[in-house]
Amino acid sequence: MLRIDRRLIAHIEWPLLVLALMVSAVGLITILSATHHSARLLSPYVLRQASFMGLALIVMVVAISVDYRSLNRYAYALYAAVVGGLLLVPFIGVSGGGARRWLNLGPFGLQPSEFMKIALIVALAHQLHRVAGERRMPLRSLIIPVMLISLPAGLILKQPDLGSAIALAMGALTLLIIAGLPMRLLVIGALVVGPLLPYAWHHLKPYQQRRLTSFVDPEADPLGSGYHVLQSQIAIGSGQLYGKGYLRGTQNKLNFLPEQHTDFIFSVYAEEWGFAGAAALLLLYLALVLRGAYIASRARDNLGALLAAGLTGTIFWQMVINISMTSGVVPVVGITLPFLSYGGSSMLALFAAIGLLMNVSMRRYTF
Amino acid sequence: MFGTHESSPLVRRRIALCSAFAVAGVLLVALRLWDLQVMRGEEMAGLSENNRVRLRRVPATRGRVLDRNGKVLIDSQASFDAVLVPEDARDLPSTVELLAQFLHQSAGDTQAILDRTAGRPPFQEVLVKRNLDFDEVAALETHQLELPGVSLRITPSRSYPYGPKLAHVLGYVGEVTQDELDRDRHYRSGDVIGKAGLEKAWEPYLRGVHGGQQVEVDALGRELRVLDEEEALPGDTLVLSIDFDLQEAAEAALGDEAGAIVALDPRNGDVLAMVSRPAFDPNEFTGGIKPELWRELTQHERHPLNARATQGQYPPGSTFKIIMATAALQEGIVNPFTRIHCSGHLPFGNHDFRCWKKGGHGSMNVHDALVNSCDVFFYNMGQRLGIDTIARYARAFGLGAPTGIEVGAERSGVIPDSAWKKRVFKQPWFAGETLSAAIGQGYVTATPLQMAEAAATIATGRRFKPRLVQRIEAIDGSLVKAINPETVMTLPVRQTALKQVQDALVDVVARGTGKKAALPNVTVAGKTGTSQVVTLGKERIPAAKLKWNQRDHAWFVAYAPADDPAIAVATLVEHASGGGGGAVAAPIARQVLQTFFRLREEREPKRYAQN
Repeated sequence: MLRIDRRLIAHIEWPLLVLALMVSAVGLITILSATHHSARLLSPYVLRQASFMGLALIVMVVAISVDYRSLNRYAYALYAAVVGGLLLVPFIGVSGGGARRWLNLGPFGLQPSEFMKIALIVALAHQLHRVAGERRMPLRSLIIPVMLISLPAGLILKQPDLGSAIALAMGALTLLIIAGLPMRLLVIGALVVGPLLPYAWHHLKPYQQRRLTSFVDPEADPLGSGYHVLQSQIAIGSGQLYGKGYLRGTQNKLNFLPEQHTDFIFSVYAEEWGFAGAAALLLLYLALVLRGAYIASRARDNLGALLAAGLTGTIFWQMVINISMTSGVVPVVGITLPFLSYGGSSMLALFAAIGLLMNVSMRRYTF
Repeated sequence: MFGTHESSPLVRRRIALCSAFAVAGVLLVALRLWDLQVMRGEEMAGLSENNRVRLRRVPATRGRVLDRNGKVLIDSQASFDAVLVPEDARDLPSTVELLAQFLHQSAGDTQAILDRTAGRPPFQEVLVKRNLDFDEVAALETHQLELPGVSLRITPSRSYPYGPKLAHVLGYVGEVTQDELDRDRHYRSGDVIGKAGLEKAWEPYLRGVHGGQQVEVDALGRELRVLDEEEALPGDTLVLSIDFDLQEAAEAALGDEAGAIVALDPRNGDVLAMVSRPAFDPNEFTGGIKPELWRELTQHERHPLNARATQGQYPPGSTFKIIMATAALQEGIVNPFTRIHCSGHLPFGNHDFRCWKKGGHGSMNVHDALVNSCDVFFYNMGQRLGIDTIARYARAFGLGAPTGIEVGAERSGVIPDSAWKKRVFKQPWFAGETLSAAIGQGYVTATPLQMAEAAATIATGRRFKPRLVQRIEAIDGSLVKAINPETVMTLPVRQTALKQVQDALVDVVARGTGKKAALPNVTVAGKTGTSQVVTLGKERIPAAKLKWNQRDHAWFVAYAPADDPAIAVATLVEHASGGGGGAVAAPIARQVLQTFFRLREEREPKRYAQN
């Protein structure tokens, strides 16, 4: 049985929860717009997403109820379990869109890569919270974190899912920086990684390469992603200042976007709500991220600070990369927009993260 | 109390730093959106309104299939399809109705087309009818103005010049189903996909890579120009090991009987011919099979869709005695001089196991027992070997497991042993069942392909994986993949034992039950088999008195020349009316062998002139 402390109830982290729910609500109405056909008002996607949200809230309550410091003991067990899930994907996974990313669990599928983002942050926070904040972080203490990051990132790249791997790595990097990674190392790292990029290029799947080249030169792949990036930009841009109005985006024309209710949902939203709506959404995201940062800086210990900062960073990067991708600033890498994109695993993982953030915030007052 | 345990100052400084970074990041994103939506918003809105760029798939030409001598067995030809973009049809129902008139379609077809447009984005093309004939093409061309949104598409279509010959091996194609779409992202609705046989098994090579076009269309959906194009890459060519001349001879030899013939090259596992009859015409499937024809095929008494050569599982009957004799000699149960008396039956328990020859064969050694196919001798062998040893040898000959031939579905047959019985029936093995198994009856079943493998194995002492595709070539003739012969195993049998069985098989054809397979210039080795389908009172009942599907199956397995095997054949006639293996199957095998040697002489006259 979960024991809910009365003092805990008194300190419920409302701002973060309300922000997350608000963005999710925007997600629901946008999914409806992205998937509805005139014949049916309520698309099955909306119903499914709503039920995922219900499930996600239960997961969130669980993530709140156990003190994150006790949870910390199971950091590696959680990490191992999710990596195990990732390892299973190539064997018993279900393929969708040419890659194997799903584990089939009867009525629904799970995407272990979504949960990996959380498990990795939890493991890194556990690993680093003792050395975090020391004036000179010993380089030795980075060996295990680098291994912790590389293993799941490599497995996810193999699926292949470049977008999730990048989101995972960026979230982890944010946590490392906050833990006190020497800034010199960042500069050196950039100098080392830079020359390695051509090598990495050859390890990308042809369709991933095409997506990247089409970003530099949309003409290079007129039929695939180049076309989609262009159409996505047109959709966003044509929303102008106030948008075309809800459900009045030129849906028919937009249907050529391959993943309009998942990766490209922002272009659906921005077309209908215009810059005003997009800016409002950005403000909601910024408020959520800053609230996460606030929780991190007010945490009662390093563990809580790293946990909160890492989770917030993961959400931030995913949001920024996704919107940059749909608006044509960065290559299309296949990454979902947190709380907006359709997807059960993503919803569950995000609200687990929200739960952990609330956990850190509310435990500030308990001992 | 608060604040005594806090995070490190450095951590908090870094959090503040990162927060500032996040604000900057969001601002940059907002700037980009401002640029796109406000600065260039009008321009973008204009683009979105005049967005008349469509993506169109250019389907790849499917790869061809050739026989070993370059004969084209599957070809791809151009065909005209009618397609409809619902969005561009001014009045969808009436357009579809008019279209149906020109294409001679019924009201039901029209409704089916309308159904297909429902629930799909209206700018997406819907296939109305495949493979239009000349009149239909002409009608659509002349009435183009009355049919907005309708256009003609030239697509490659599949043709099988030899119709039903080799049909089960070649397979057929059809439109991709929703299920297949969900499983593989290579396909879009309306694509053609291999559904059976080689077409299915080698789909990844045959399908090629679809190309596409960015097409600008006017307000009525008519194409103005192609903005950009990515060419389709044709599929690869499969070069088979099949010798189609031999295949045709084998098809003719089997005639109207239901059954199968498999001819292998025992030196490398090449499948030279593979017949399953009755057959179907794969051309009927291209562009969608008519429902009534499909019903006819699936409900036919003789199951023409069944690829008997690889999927038919039959009791091997006396052909199984090849394996029994090999096992008995190798295990030392008998030597060539051991004699056993056959009185026409063998009492066992409260049951009497009969020999096919009522009066009995008298005293027999293993050689004579094979030549005369004496049941009582092999009942004895069965008793002495035990079912588990029998099963071990049968598996060494390739029975009881799929051969691994790449032709879609293959069945494995059954080689029972005590563990199998326990697993399947939750019962112990009964000794009496060993006696049935010893003459290839009871639970024992095998496919014709497996029996051809068994014949090839006894011919050379080695077993190869059957090779149907020799190599895969790209459209320019360059080699994509060579499939090399693959030895599965060397028979764990002494040369002397092998030779004793081989000698007996030569005598089967020279003076035993297989005389009708003999050729004038070539020594043939073989074994007959007649496997019972129903047992009524343990008496053989004349075929004429039984219903078709209760008659015995006739088998003949053979290889030749006996001293230097170049071909191994298994012939199966299902529910034969004219008698057993020796009477019905052996003459069919003879025709196949005869054609094989005639072709060999014609093609390499010098090398085989003296034969």
